[in-house]
Amino acid sequence: MPTITFTANLQTHVACPPAAVAAATVREALEAVFAETPRLRSYIVDEQGRLRRHVVVYVGDRPVSDRTTLSDPIAADDELFVFQALSGG
Amino acid sequence: MPTLHIATRKGLFTLRESLGRRHLSRPAFPGEAVTAVLAAEGRLFAALRLGHFGVKLHRSDDDGATWRELAAPAFAAGLEEAPAVDMIWTLASDGGGTLYAGTLPAALFRSTDGGESWSLMESLWQVPERKDWQGGGYDLPGLHTVLVDPRDARRLTVAVSTGGVWRSADAGASWRLTGSGLHADYMPPALAKELVAQDVHRLAACTAAPETVWCQHHNGIFRSTDGGETFDRLDPVQPSAFGFAVAAHPREAQTAWFVPAVKDECRIPVDARLVVTRTTDGGRTFEALGSGLPAADCYDLVYRHGLDVDADGERLAMGSTTGNLWLGQDGGAHWERLDAHLPPIAQVAFA
Repeated sequence: MPTITFTANLQTHVACPPAAVAAATVREALEAVFAETPRLRSYIVDEQGRLRRHVVVYVGDRPVSDRTTLSDPIAADDELFVFQALSGG
Repeated sequence: MPTLHIATRKGLFTLRESLGRRHLSRPAFPGEAVTAVLAAEGRLFAALRLGHFGVKLHRSDDDGATWRELAAPAFAAGLEEAPAVDMIWTLASDGGGTLYAGTLPAALFRSTDGGESWSLMESLWQVPERKDWQGGGYDLPGLHTVLVDPRDARRLTVAVSTGGVWRSADAGASWRLTGSGLHADYMPPALAKELVAQDVHRLAACTAAPETVWCQHHNGIFRSTDGGETFDRLDPVQPSAFGFAVAAHPREAQTAWFVPAVKDECRIPVDARLVVTRTTDGGRTFEALGSGLPAADCYDLVYRHGLDVDADGERLAMGSTTGNLWLGQDGGAHWERLDAHLPPIAQVAFA
């Protein structure tokens, strides 16, 4: 099962420990986490569902290419990392 | 002195006075940008703009001791143009349980449940003239002023940088573009009087006489005596008619305060000397109040929400982008700088 880990700086706002998620795309992985912690949603994506401008998600060592619908596929052994982009300060 | 809330680039501070001594709090939300603060009906609201994680709204029901996150104003998913709230620029209350939030991009949101949920006022979002709104200081147009008529809470006046003055007489069901008499020198001559082109930096109304509305505009200082329908330009104002902030005396309709800067391309105090300009005769004359303010080598700028007056019209507070905070006594005749090095100040607000 893919795993997802969040930047420590996000933990100061919302508790979001690492999780294993049943998901085939980045969007499904995030939705699985949002279902557990609804308040986390607005920190990662905007109200249109797009990845926030200064948030980056890596699948392994690759940043996701589809930041709008988050359709990048993920495999069972993938590790996802949600980080802050340094463009955000 | 009433409690003063200070929204800054790196947290929300509170200044209290007890036994003749002032005490500045440690910040709530340390390190985070607080873009607006509102004290209303026994509650405190703080709007945050997190560098990475978006716009957030928090409420305190115990005078700032503890905070709880609320759902922030947001556009509906799937709305045409796919807008997303970038910043809450102003928060307002009608004193009767209704809250308003003005945002970038320019939109008005309303809450009738203490900020727990917000709805877009689609009537304003859908005005055809919105296509002509432009950024004013930011890439996106922004709604920075919400005035609620204290005699009739259905009567609303809002202002957009840049998109003019908009009024509603039916609690926001419908809107009219007003503001004739305003003049935009940055437009081609034929368009200078276009209502939608007016970059109103800030409006302030006299509580006791809400028909008196003062306007700090990109191109000068204006005054309305009909609630914001029409404006007269007040010229010449020395040392300058350019600025962002305005505060209206809550009881005396002839009195208002402004904070001048050189001009639009040079947003620093004239001659590097900080003054507050005050009129007490309805704008016929202005005096520059500088007692206690830096007389030289000052490059502070005061933003739209960086000036406030208390309910008596006697005490003022002024916060700058340099992080200086001044308190004015006797209607601004005397000023004193708080001995602190604050972050850039977005708003000062007396409780």
